[in-house]
Amino acid sequence: MPAVVAELSRVAVFLQENVEQIDAGDGGWLAAYAWLIPVVPMIVAFLILFFGKYSPWKGWGMATAALGFVAVYGTALAVANLRDGIIAEFSVNIGDVGTFAIEWGWVVDGLSILMFFLVGVVGFLVFVYANGYMKGDARYTWFFASFTLFAGGMLVLVSAPNFIQLIVGWELVGVSSYLLIGHYWEDMDNIDAANKAFMTNKVADAALFIGAVIMSLSAGTFQFSEIFTRMIDGQTVLAQFGFWAGLAIFIGAMGKSAQFPFHVWLPDAMAGPTPVSALMHAATMVTAGVYLIARLFPFYQLPEFSGSMRTIIVVVGAVTLLFMGLLAIVQDDIKRVLAYSTVSQLGYMVAALGVGAYTAGLFHLFTHAFFKALLFLAAGSIIHAVHSNNMSDMGGLRKYMPVTFWTFLIGTAALVGIFPFAGFWSKDEIIASAYFNASNNPEFAAWFMVVLSIVGAFITAFYMARVVSLTFFGTYLGDAKPHESPAIMTVPLVALAAAATTAGLLNIPGLTEVFTEWVTTRAFPIVEHHFTEPEYFLIAIVTPVVLLSLFIGWRLFGPSSELHYTSTSGEAADVSAPERSVAVERDTFRIPVLYPLLENKYYIDDLYMNGIVRPTMGPIADATLWVDMNVVDAVPNLTAGVAKHAAAAVGVIDDNAVDGVYNVAGATTGAIGGFLRQFFPGRVQQYVALSFAGVVIFAALFVIF
Amino acid sequence: MTIIQWILLGSAMFSVGLYGVLTRRNAVLVLASVEIMLSAVNINLVAFDTYLADPAFTGQIFALFVIALAAAEVGIGIAIVLMIFRNRHSADVDELDLMRY
Repeated sequence: MPAVVAELSRVAVFLQENVEQIDAGDGGWLAAYAWLIPVVPMIVAFLILFFGKYSPWKGWGMATAALGFVAVYGTALAVANLRDGIIAEFSVNIGDVGTFAIEWGWVVDGLSILMFFLVGVVGFLVFVYANGYMKGDARYTWFFASFTLFAGGMLVLVSAPNFIQLIVGWELVGVSSYLLIGHYWEDMDNIDAANKAFMTNKVADAALFIGAVIMSLSAGTFQFSEIFTRMIDGQTVLAQFGFWAGLAIFIGAMGKSAQFPFHVWLPDAMAGPTPVSALMHAATMVTAGVYLIARLFPFYQLPEFSGSMRTIIVVVGAVTLLFMGLLAIVQDDIKRVLAYSTVSQLGYMVAALGVGAYTAGLFHLFTHAFFKALLFLAAGSIIHAVHSNNMSDMGGLRKYMPVTFWTFLIGTAALVGIFPFAGFWSKDEIIASAYFNASNNPEFAAWFMVVLSIVGAFITAFYMARVVSLTFFGTYLGDAKPHESPAIMTVPLVALAAAATTAGLLNIPGLTEVFTEWVTTRAFPIVEHHFTEPEYFLIAIVTPVVLLSLFIGWRLFGPSSELHYTSTSGEAADVSAPERSVAVERDTFRIPVLYPLLENKYYIDDLYMNGIVRPTMGPIADATLWVDMNVVDAVPNLTAGVAKHAAAAVGVIDDNAVDGVYNVAGATTGAIGGFLRQFFPGRVQQYVALSFAGVVIFAALFVIF
Repeated sequence: MTIIQWILLGSAMFSVGLYGVLTRRNAVLVLASVEIMLSAVNINLVAFDTYLADPAFTGQIFALFVIALAAAEVGIGIAIVLMIFRNRHSADVDELDLMRY
């Protein structure tokens, strides 16, 4: 299609010239056997399901061993990738549909290795932690079976070289997310949360299917690498449909990555056990959307194909990072604060990919996986200790739980972006990329993103200051006796804290470029601006903003903001809890004007509930029920009625005609028997005498004749 | 000794046995009488075998079979009689007329 080739932009021409020139090996046997990475957890998940209860540690051992295997293999691949570079793709044909090959395979390149590494390492630590957290749970083995199924599904997803396998993995993580959110299904709220997550994702998944079909049909193949090759060679009609394909796929990514307006499921997903929140709803599963955009980045980076999709991505990401961050300020449930924070950080990643900063977005994904998993696990440690999710039951835990406190503090520093913790480097890179994009491409959306990313940094620091103040400082308000968690929970915290401290050092502009090399090792060159030194003036803006925000947060929520007054009830002081003799009120700051809006989550949940769910469950469900009862059921009812009457008729014939024959035969035999019985008195000796007489008669006849 | 004496002995024993079978009321004695009849038959078999000088000893072998059969018969017969006696406290053959029903 020469017309398309002529229209290819500068970027596409660059790609055409450079597509073969990436310096990378094929990974040798390490890549060839990478199929083990998704397969091992998959098999182990089913082994746990069937045999977990009889195994030592009731399934935990098998699950952790599987994740340990993935962690070791992922690390080996990461090291090999950094040394030689690995770009390899393997596909096994499992059938053809028309001209489309349905294939199962595995991609081993920088991007998939990144995800293998994250799922393996963070997953391993979370699984170790879960041993302590889930101790005594009624469905302990089942928990590890579904958790391992999630790991397997996620690895299927990230190793997919084509849309079919990607969607299989996508749905596997969806269903395991559903299972794990509803883990405590004795409580109706948790079931509702699981349904909400599943349904919200399903709406977005429908868009993903549509997008995948449009893209695959216009390119003539399901395989990503083949789609990109045909795109660059101008062999596709994708340019005509690219915007719609890109939009539909992006909507799918928005669902999984909880972007506005699909964010509603993620905070409710906190109903699941905390290790699930840490691994799935912070570190890995929710990054599947970001991963998908990154996987299709060769497509999204070319405006000839994706049109103005990138602007839409930037706007969605920026809106999400700001508005979801604001919601985190008013939550009382510590896990919901972290959930909104996760949504907000995912907004950063999506927006970064939107401005074309592939490495920056993935770098934030990488560091975020560590520090957010750390924050969640530390929150889980607190919940484990105080038996409540609510910060109004916490406070002053610093002295009871020193390890949790310090690791949480490191996680906070990484999240808000304090030098030199991980988040500082990754967030700074995103803001720098946004700024670079805006200065080269001065449209409203680009500047919007720059402003919002800095405001977002302010809000992040503000709500984290609130969480730390209300949880670890001030007066303890809970009922349970807080204590430090056992070593099996604190050791993963310390390991993640070490990662959250150092992960940022992998990609310091101009100094270390390890991470850039890592993720740009792909079959198709990624075109992005490469920073040779940190943008000092942006750091000079963002760091004071963050510190100011932390200070304001500390003043508003810290110990000095607590209101103490003596109890007015006049009762004697409660000896078991001496602090209770004075009433303590805190968390009293309300954001003026915005507060009712935030408290009600912008009314979006209510809108969905009253606008979509209730009408569906009400009139539509009633109408469906009526049709079901009166139209659909009529067919089986009619059939059953006819069958019943036919059966009755057959029954009459059976009773009278068929049985009659046998009854008559039986009665006749009986009558004959009764008649003959008269002649046989049943006396043995008489019979013997008669038979002897017979013998004598026959003998006589024999002699005579 | 000629064959005629053996035949007379066999006939006498058979008659005694038959008389016992027909006249005794006790089932045990009926069975004993049957044994006498079988023994009479055995005497006949062995006597004719010897008289005819059968090179294959068919008659004698047949007598062995009859002895085995008689043992089996008496085993089963006594067991049946025993069970009847236990259930009905009587082994009188005149009362055993249930089989006609």
